[in-house]
Formats: sequence, structure tokens, C-alpha cells
Amino acid sequence: MIHALKRPDYDVIASWVKPGETVLDLGCGEGELLQLLAARGVRGWGVELDPGHVLAAVENGVNVVQGDLDAGLAGFEDNSFDHVVLSRTLQTMRHTQQILAEMLRVGREAVVSFPNFAYWKNRMAIMNGHMPVSEDLPYQWYDTPNLRFFTMLDFEGLCAGMGIAIRDRRVLDERGAPVAEEHNFLGSLAVYRIGRGD
Amino acid sequence: MFEHGSIGPVAARRLAFDTPIALAAGVSLPRWELAYETYGELNAARSNAVLVCHALSGHHHVAGWYADDPRNIGWWDNLIGPGRPLDTNRFFVVGVNNLGGCHGSTGPSSPNPATGQPWGADFPVVTVSDWVAAQARLADALGIDQWAAVIGGSLGGMQALQWTIDLPERVRHALVIAAAPKLTAENIAFNDVARQAILTDPDFHGGHFYRHGTRPTRGLRLARMLGHITYLSDDQMAEKFGRKRRADAGRFGYGVEFEIESYLRYQGDKFAGHFDANTYLLMTKALDYFDPAEPCGGDLAAALAGARAKYFVASFTTDWRFSPARSREIVHALVKNKHDVSYAEIVSPHGHDAFLMDDRHYHALVAGYLRNVKT
Repeated sequence: MIHALKRPDYDVIASWVKPGETVLDLGCGEGELLQLLAARGVRGWGVELDPGHVLAAVENGVNVVQGDLDAGLAGFEDNSFDHVVLSRTLQTMRHTQQILAEMLRVGREAVVSFPNFAYWKNRMAIMNGHMPVSEDLPYQWYDTPNLRFFTMLDFEGLCAGMGIAIRDRRVLDERGAPVAEEHNFLGSLAVYRIGRGD
Repeated sequence: MFEHGSIGPVAARRLAFDTPIALAAGVSLPRWELAYETYGELNAARSNAVLVCHALSGHHHVAGWYADDPRNIGWWDNLIGPGRPLDTNRFFVVGVNNLGGCHGSTGPSSPNPATGQPWGADFPVVTVSDWVAAQARLADALGIDQWAAVIGGSLGGMQALQWTIDLPERVRHALVIAAAPKLTAENIAFNDVARQAILTDPDFHGGHFYRHGTRPTRGLRLARMLGHITYLSDDQMAEKFGRKRRADAGRFGYGVEFEIESYLRYQGDKFAGHFDANTYLLMTKALDYFDPAEPCGGDLAAALAGARAKYFVASFTTDWRFSPARSREIVHALVKNKHDVSYAEIVSPHGHDAFLMDDRHYHALVAGYLRNVKT
């Protein structure tokens, strides 16, 4: 049912969420993360645009609200969730700054995971003259849903510019194993816990 | 594989209640009856019952057909039956004709015990909460302490929502489809034009047309034609009728010329032929009054704070009578309360009437949600 290994960022996210807390999962897909969290006593709601994913999430018995994240989170109240999660979706969004601001309006804190474009294999692919295709960037340039390609350094720069505090960070390699050093070079997938800066 | 089909021949039943029901209008009905139908079997724990609430012109004949009238198929037959999304192999399904209706339940055409004559215009205006209270009395009589689910579309969805507010301990799931938390001024305006068509028909006789041996069919027909326009979408009308004209139509006159005119007149005639004008007035008024947030100063989330149910809310993209934005208001009020809710915005060309259509994705959603409803 749930292959945590296939989505190693889920385990990181789950480790940051305590039982009894509430989560809003943006771009929740078929609700895999919410199911994983529900099994740990977390109450969750998802937002998803794709009708097939909404149907699957309903069938999986998770709370899913069909809606377009690029329209923001209108209707969701300020400070109404402990965590707002955006896993592997930020790179597909048109309004990057708006969604980050909205996540931190609705949530006490937010979790964002994304493929690190500066991962060494991606750099190698560019060096060899091709757009990278990898475990965390699994698409060809012509069929990718990803609109924005950015690195950990780029993301951290945006956070600084927006006054967003980075509270925790986990970096994983292509196999989902933790990366201990040279994160922006050895990290294929980055997971950040962020909050409103003081 | 499961068998998948119609529930088959069904029978309408009627239950008389001898204890009065107090209505929001401040009057009380001393003795009253409800027409209902049931499909499937109530399990030993009495935990698998699902109530189906009807919309403006609906009734208790929700699924199957009558042995003596096989063409009279229930209005939500495509959704309900063995193996269908509301699966009668799992659930005990109850359809009911609401108080004030004209299909067997006590309503304006029933005799007023004070006079022995039909109630007519003297029949009290009933509210969605009154219907919930009456349906609860039926549940009592059937031995159902708690519904596994209450489901309805449009005005029926409003009843499902009201159930979770008025009797939160008695409903585990509510399926609120193509509904709204309250009517807009535009919605009320349409309803009032429909009512004016009936009220100004000379055959209406102030609502006492029964004693004059007449029926305000002209007014009722107009009311239905107007209503019907609001149930369809512009896209669908354009596709189905466009500017097509009847081959036999004359020009430069006021007869039936465009196909849409022919269609609407047919729908109006069909409806006016059997529906009670006083019931139509009463149902539209119940719609207008529906506003569960009103007692909480307009705060819908506050009104839903005490609810215990889990919810499935659905809207249809081309529904302009109760648009998706109205359903989202319900959803956000539920999320604010941290109630369990799933919401689907279903792509459909069929406008408000889409909730009655046999759409694969829509039905898969209802089936998928109900599969997780424990019996």
C-alpha cells in the first residue's frame, strides 16, 4: 500500500509531525502521505486538482478538497493547521512566492520538499549537454510538469528574501539515504521545515 | 463480480403519525402521514440505513419501478441498486416524500382536519429543519437510531447538511451534492418569479383551487419553465438546441418555432399536469428560508461546530444555480471545524441537473466514498 522507500521525504515529514496535530497536504495526490500520517494519529486534509487523484484519495478514505493551488488557499483560515505540506510540487507551480506565503498564513509552519537541481548527477547531465533525468526529476524536458528548476541555495535565498525562517532541513540522495555533507552537491531531494521569521 | 442493476419492482408505503409535529411556522400538525419506500435489508445492528432526501420536485420513489407501472422508474435509479454506487446489497435505503409534498405525504392537497376540506393555502410553510424532524420520526418508526448516511442533491443536499446540525448524533455521514449553504438574492429572485406565475394565475384562487375544481396549470407551467432554464447550462442548451427551428414552424408569429421553446413548453406541460401548485410554492419557500448559519449570526462554521458527521461535498462546473463556489463555502466551514470532508468539483456540461445524471466519474466518487462508510 504505502512504499515509504519510494517517497523517502514522507518519512522525514512524518518525523516532524506529532500525533494529534493537523496537516494540510497541498497536491496530496492519491493521499499516500495522509494515510501514512493517519496511521500515526495525525489528522489530515489534502488539496488536489487532478480529478483522477481526487477520486483515488476519496477511495483511500482520506479528506481531499479539489482545488487549484495556483489560485492560492482562499477559504482556508489563518493559522488553522499545525503543518502545511507541499511535497515535490513547488517546482510545478506558477506562483511560487504566493503559495509559500499562503502556506505560512494557513499553517503554523510549513514543509516543502523539492528536487535539487544542483545535485551532482543533474550537473553532469547538463555538462554532457542534456537536461537531467533522475529518480527525483523523472521526466523528459518535453513532458515534465515542472515549471521551475532551482537549487537548495536558490530556495534558501528566496526564504531569506521573504523573511521565512528555515527551522530544519533534511537532504536525501537519489536512493533516499540521508546526505551528511556537501548538501547542494550530493543532495537529490531536499526537505525543509519553515516558519514565519520573527 | 457483484450483480449490477436495478432494485427491480418496489412498493410505496405510507406511515401515519398520531403525535403532533411542531413546525417552524409556529403551528403544529396533529396527525400527519409520510409516504416512503425502502430498498435492501436493514441489518441486525440497524447500522446500515441511508436516507435519500429529495429536491424541489422529487419524492419517495427514488429507485426501482412499480410492478403495475414499470415505466415509472425512481428519480435516482441510476445511483441506487444492487452494485450501484449506493449499493442496496450493503445499505438499507429509505426514500421519503417530504411533509408538504404532493406524492402521498401530508401536504396542501390533504384534508385539513379542522374543515375536512383540502388545506390549500392554509397548509403551513415548512422548513428544511421541519423536514429533518419529520424524517427523524420516520427513522424512529423504522427502528433507525442513526443513519449510516444521509444523501441528497440540491434541496436534498441541504437536508443532509441540516441533519448534521439538528441531530448530530443521528447521522454518521452526509453527502451534500449540488447544494448551497443558503440562497443568493438571484436564487430567491428566480423562485419569486416562479411563485408569482402561480399566485397570479386566475385558477389559483388564493390557493384554494381544489374547491373550485380547477388547477393553476398556466402558472405552474411557467414556474417550471423558468426553473428548468436555471437547471441547465448555457453550453448544454447551445449544444442540444442552439437556434434550431422546428420544420413545421411558421415565422413572424408567436407559436412554437425554436426547438428550445418546444422543449421548455413540453417540460412545463408535463410538470403542470401532475404537480401541486401549493407544494411548489411551499418547496421554493423552504429553499429561500434555508440558512443554517442565520441563528449563528451568519457564521456557517459556528453553525456546524456541533456536527459529528463526516462529509462528502460535490458540485458541478456548469451549475450556475448552486455554483461550485457555494459548495466551497460549505467545505471551508467544515474544514475550519476540522470535520472530515472530501470535496469534488465535477466537470459536467449538464448544469444543476448534473446531480441526477449517470456520469462515470461522479458515480465513481459517490461509490468510492460510500465504500468507506461502515455498516
